[in-house]
Amino acid sequence: MKQNAGPAWPDQIYRTLKDAGVRQVAYVPDAGHKRLIELCLADPELNSVVLTTEEEGIGLTAGAWLGGVRGALLMQSSGVGNCINALGMTRECRFPLLMLITMRGQKGEFNPWQVPMGQATPAVLEAMGVVVHEADSAEAMAPTVDAAARLAFGSYQAVAVLISQAVIGIKSFQDQASR
Amino acid sequence: MAGLGSTAWDITAAGDSPLNFPLWGAMGNAAMIGLGLALAQPKRRVLVLTGDGEMLMGLGSLATIGVQRPRNLSVVVIDNERYGETGMQATHTAAGADLAKVAQACGFKIVRQVRNASQLQALRAAIHRPSGPLFAQVKVVAEKIPLVLPPRDGGLLKSRFRKALLGEQADLD
Repeated sequence: MKQNAGPAWPDQIYRTLKDAGVRQVAYVPDAGHKRLIELCLADPELNSVVLTTEEEGIGLTAGAWLGGVRGALLMQSSGVGNCINALGMTRECRFPLLMLITMRGQKGEFNPWQVPMGQATPAVLEAMGVVVHEADSAEAMAPTVDAAARLAFGSYQAVAVLISQAVIGIKSFQDQASR
Repeated sequence: MAGLGSTAWDITAAGDSPLNFPLWGAMGNAAMIGLGLALAQPKRRVLVLTGDGEMLMGLGSLATIGVQRPRNLSVVVIDNERYGETGMQATHTAAGADLAKVAQACGFKIVRQVRNASQLQALRAAIHRPSGPLFAQVKVVAEKIPLVLPPRDGGLLKSRFRKALLGEQADLD
């Protein structure tokens, strides 16, 4: 066990992404992805790209694939709505796409403004042809990301892993801000 | 990389190539696709050619490029101050929005504004130097010229690009 007793799943996701050959990681910051983003930024083998909006990451990872490089896109569920039109390119060109989405507006949400997009997230993704994998426990995280990466890069699919709010476990604004 | 609209027809009029990637959609994303490609292929030079309307839809990407600052990326905006495909309506640049200043403020290393043809040769030379990121705003006359259309099939455009850049093994990855 590590001494700073954060959950192990972000480290496991990081290892899974590395094993899958991911070399570009695009992200819009999210409290649930904090640890994973830190791991990516500390890795000189990764191009970690902070975005102004999630839609940019659809283009970035498409460009990476054109250049022979695998990318991953991290966001929270509110960002999914920002990606919709760009996902039309993903589908038309059959670009592989691996999205890791921390859920809000789901289990135990404290901000009502997060609920509409959070609840619509799976339907919105599926409407645009994205395969949705839900990961509801810490133990499921790494195997689910591994399966999603295989489906994305092996079968040229757009795949989203929805990381359950129950796993992230943020209970309040105060809790979120203190992380 | 060419953004949706006139610049996709422009690069095709200049001669279609497997290493052209003309966008028929994803408006606002041309510069980001260029960034992803430039980071993936640091030894190649990447040129994003797009219009003022397309660039305005993805202004944040200039800030994102300003963080990464890849030396091998150029973004050239052909600025006719119009949405050319939808009825020549005025864009924000017609009202004075200055894309070159935005790029400068976002941290592009080289920023140029081109207002006459005699400046093009110098721009061409600058694009070929790996000392970017470069941003150029090329002011052009708003006119309708005959369209030269590239292939529309996105899967084809992707596959031919990867094969031309990465070789035959691109399909076996």
